[in-house]
Amino acid sequence: MIIPKLALRNILGAGIRTWLNVIVLSFAFVTIIWTQGLYQGMSRQSVRATVDAEYGGGQYWQENYDPLDPLSLEDGHSKIPESLDTLMQNDQATAILVIQGTIYPNGRIQPILIKGIDPKQKILSIPFAALDNEEIELPALIGTRMARSTGLKVGDEITLRWRDVHGTFDARDVQIVQIINTTVPTIDQGQIWVPLEKIQDLVQMPDEASLVIIQKELKIFPEVSGWTFKSQYFLLSDIRELVQSKSAGASILYFILILLAMLAIFDTQVLSIFRRRKEMGTLMSLGMTRLKIIQLFTLEGALHGVLAAIVAALYGIPLLALFAKKGWALPISSDSWGFAFGEKIFPVYSAGLVLGTTALVLIITTIVSFLPTRKIAKLKPTDALRGRMS
Amino acid sequence: MDNSYLIETKDLVKTYRMGEHIIMALNKVNLNFRKGEFAGLVGPSGSGKTTLLNIVGSLDSPTEGSAVVMGKKVEELTHKQAAALRNLNIGFIFQTFNLLPVYTVFENVEFPLLLHDLSPEERKKMTMDALEWVGLADRAKSKPAQLSGGQSQRVAVARAVVKKPSIILADEPTANLDAENSHNILQTMEQLNKTLGTTFIFATHDEKVIRYLRRKITLIDGKVTKDEPMTPQRATGAES
Repeated sequence: MIIPKLALRNILGAGIRTWLNVIVLSFAFVTIIWTQGLYQGMSRQSVRATVDAEYGGGQYWQENYDPLDPLSLEDGHSKIPESLDTLMQNDQATAILVIQGTIYPNGRIQPILIKGIDPKQKILSIPFAALDNEEIELPALIGTRMARSTGLKVGDEITLRWRDVHGTFDARDVQIVQIINTTVPTIDQGQIWVPLEKIQDLVQMPDEASLVIIQKELKIFPEVSGWTFKSQYFLLSDIRELVQSKSAGASILYFILILLAMLAIFDTQVLSIFRRRKEMGTLMSLGMTRLKIIQLFTLEGALHGVLAAIVAALYGIPLLALFAKKGWALPISSDSWGFAFGEKIFPVYSAGLVLGTTALVLIITTIVSFLPTRKIAKLKPTDALRGRMS
Repeated sequence: MDNSYLIETKDLVKTYRMGEHIIMALNKVNLNFRKGEFAGLVGPSGSGKTTLLNIVGSLDSPTEGSAVVMGKKVEELTHKQAAALRNLNIGFIFQTFNLLPVYTVFENVEFPLLLHDLSPEERKKMTMDALEWVGLADRAKSKPAQLSGGQSQRVAVARAVVKKPSIILADEPTANLDAENSHNILQTMEQLNKTLGTTFIFATHDEKVIRYLRRKITLIDGKVTKDEPMTPQRATGAES
């Protein structure tokens, strides 16, 4: 126990030099935890919003349906199988029929996706109830992004054109009954939502759907002939990849921060070993072995990491807690990233993140502290006492 | 070799290479020291005094010959064994005091005891005893930078004697001190030599130190040219 005691005594005795290193390193600590917490928060928020508004607990896709291939939509629908229909009757699933269409806002032609959904569904968190309107022949709901890009407002009527099951063009006027503000752009941009039964009738696809969304709480997903189950994990892969790529980008920042902190510690260690040769000689004359001196100097360097963790905790915990509570406002441009972040990101600092970062910084600090001390192993006591390196 | 000697050197040779030249720092030195001696290695700069102290103190090893300290052959010791020998049996006093600047006086003196398996209470008592011996108990909390040269050297003496070693090796201990402080420190060391029975070996060319010696060994060009008993002729105060 004597080495830690001496090491602590030495680095506290070194005064301002120690505290400068500690402060730089504590910045690295707090920045890493903050940025990673931000990405964890971003990931969690995005996943929650997307699951609630779009993916549910998973989706059954009609075997020809491919949301990334608009040309497949023509064939990407069929009768809802009985097993899925039963789930729907029990409010454990809801069907969506996706077909290609065109609208003509302000004299422009704009291709869109028409999505039919049951206005009374209870699976997704979007308020589709406004579509349950018998007074309007074909009520429609759009998101704020769609409204912004088309200039449509509630009450506006607009011509909607599509091709029915036989490939024949048909058209109706739809009336915008609600504009929803959603953080999930993938249910908003380029889409128009209409009542499922009405669109099924209009396109002559009764009881058909392109996909069936399952309730979040359901855990068993039986195989359904002609339909492919897409798990929540599969559906969220894009979000995961985006967050990972953003997180990797941010790691460049904290790599630079850690590098700076480590350079400072390495420099301090090299300088220490150069300046304190006489002290090492004295320690040797007092009976300390070289190994113990190496341990002492390594621990002195490593203790910078421990002190930095303590200092980081002192100002970092209140600061990070404040961010977690108030959130971090995103720039408007983030809306165009294509993922559901919301207006603010609320960072999430998991125990794994905090402990992992602490362990990482302590390990790197220890390695950086140890490297220069290897010179001590070759140091002759007589040379050290004269202030020379062997 | 005779077991009654604390230190025994036989045909001790130490050479250094300086570029293409080989310098002979010690040339077949044969010396013995018994317990309780107050001896000095005297000679001009470069005569081999410090080299001999370093070998006896197991900080260095001989090129040829043998040095036996407390029954252990210095030339055969591993780094760890040499460190243990220094830690248990040898105290050093240096010309430049070599105090650890970030530690207090108490912590400096306590340091050698930290390497022993002692309780904090035992360490505290031994440290305060050592500080009492050198008259610095009241400066225990001071830092070395707050002390005068004489006080610093007394702290160094306290650090050397705190573990009550058998041998204390002092390399030019008064070189950085004025006359008054030199005499004070020498009187302290002489007192400790008598009270604790510690063997003191000095490397010096300071006349003030030589007056206190009971044995004077003259080294010239690495050879012992004279080894004579002395009658101490102590001066007092700052008269010399």
